[in-house]
Amino acid sequence: MDDFLLRALIAGLGVALVAGPLGVFVVWRRMAYFGDTLAHSALLGVALGFLLGINLNLSVILLGIVLALLLVAMGGNRQLSQDTQLGILAHSALSLGLVVMAFQTSIRVDLMGYLFGDILAVTASDLLWVWGGGLCVLLALGLFWQPLLSLTVHEELAQVEGVPVARMRLLFMLLIALVIAVSMKIVGVLLITSMMIIPAAAARRFSRSPEQMALIAAGIGAIAVALGLAGSWHWDTPAGPSVVVAAALLFAATQLGGKTGYP
Amino acid sequence: MNEKMTPLLEAREISIRLQGRQLLERVSLQVGQGEIVTLIGPNGAGKTTLVRIILGLLKADQGEVVVKPGVRIGYMPQQLALSENMPLRVERFLSLGADRSASDFATIVDELLIGKLLRQPMQRLSGGERQRVLLARALMRRPELLVLDEPVQGVDVTGQAALYSLITEIRERFGCGVLMISHDLHLVMATTDQVLCLNQHVCCSGHPESVSQHPAYLELFGAPASARLAVYTHHHDHTHDIHGDVETESEEHSHG
Repeated sequence: MDDFLLRALIAGLGVALVAGPLGVFVVWRRMAYFGDTLAHSALLGVALGFLLGINLNLSVILLGIVLALLLVAMGGNRQLSQDTQLGILAHSALSLGLVVMAFQTSIRVDLMGYLFGDILAVTASDLLWVWGGGLCVLLALGLFWQPLLSLTVHEELAQVEGVPVARMRLLFMLLIALVIAVSMKIVGVLLITSMMIIPAAAARRFSRSPEQMALIAAGIGAIAVALGLAGSWHWDTPAGPSVVVAAALLFAATQLGGKTGYP
Repeated sequence: MNEKMTPLLEAREISIRLQGRQLLERVSLQVGQGEIVTLIGPNGAGKTTLVRIILGLLKADQGEVVVKPGVRIGYMPQQLALSENMPLRVERFLSLGADRSASDFATIVDELLIGKLLRQPMQRLSGGERQRVLLARALMRRPELLVLDEPVQGVDVTGQAALYSLITEIRERFGCGVLMISHDLHLVMATTDQVLCLNQHVCCSGHPESVSQHPAYLELFGAPASARLAVYTHHHDHTHDIHGDVETESEEHSHG
């Protein structure tokens, strides 16, 4: 196997293993659109990173944090429904990112790479970011699994029972921002949410407990990465989208076999 | 009730405005140990808002809530909007609130008759089953104060009576104070020590019998149903248990 393909596989597996367990929470908490918003805004993070000359992963994480805080603050505004708020933020951040990038004529930015990922160009330092960041996220998920779960089941009940709800919500947003930042280069800002949601949705059918669903989602994501990369190699298709197509096909396969209802 | 004892919970002169609407105005209440206080009132009267303020989920504009230091609160929320996408069995749900290995886990499960439900998904429970599971989770925290928001919601009429008598039993067994919301005074008559009739402000309060005769109550709710309906008084030869299964009173009656 070629070196670059091996690196791509390792990077992809890193993304899948962390996006799955985080993704189940995104699905349970009905936050898919929230994930999309943070992901779209990551492009603005990249543009600002170039502009200020700081590490791009870092600038994306920082911008993610700022946006998460902004959304928490906007949450108090009941005049606009949340999907409208998210829609405004997602698309203005994406467009602002593109505009800021256009001003920087001195650098040629591989826009397609950021939008849809460039997994075959993954470097050793990218691998470090993906696996280092991923392990941090998994560690945090493991440590705070119980309160996060409790919060997801019933926020007010969790608060009365002593879960620090506001802090946990913030932590969850930070984890999403972190995952987006480290996997941006692999699957791209437009596709990263799909790696959280599709494997999680596919795992639902086979799961009888929250923990099981998280593990199965990670597994399905990993299979999708392997299949997608193989397909991309074989048919010379773009790697990131091929991985997402593989995940979608896996999801479709899990939906076959009639409506038996969830276990 | 010993008047000199420190109440478990005291709310003083609570007022709140939300979105330009006065939801609560100078509402005060007390819950003492072993006492059951019921809030009744029409929809939009501010019952749930008051409970949310008492639980610290919402901040009042004026007034204060004093909970006796160190008091553990068990809370039974009105709704549980669980995503279909979350695989969650009853036993896992219960373990989120308390340790499964706790010595009284089994006792509470037996007492609330939810042993058969433990391995079922939360989403498949009937209304009455869900309420009992929620009550079990509240009890597993060994609360000194139970706060129940419409505990009989979605439960059929026989189940409602059974659930209320269970709440009375719990009060006696655990010696805890209970604050609950109900929509029907006549159902809680036998259960409750004190009733607060709420409609933004406290319209009237006191023992359930006196409240049911109070002009403010009658104005809000109209004459009691019993005065308008001819009640068919009869004796059952069986009762329904909390599941709705028939229990024959074999000791009192001999058939055939």
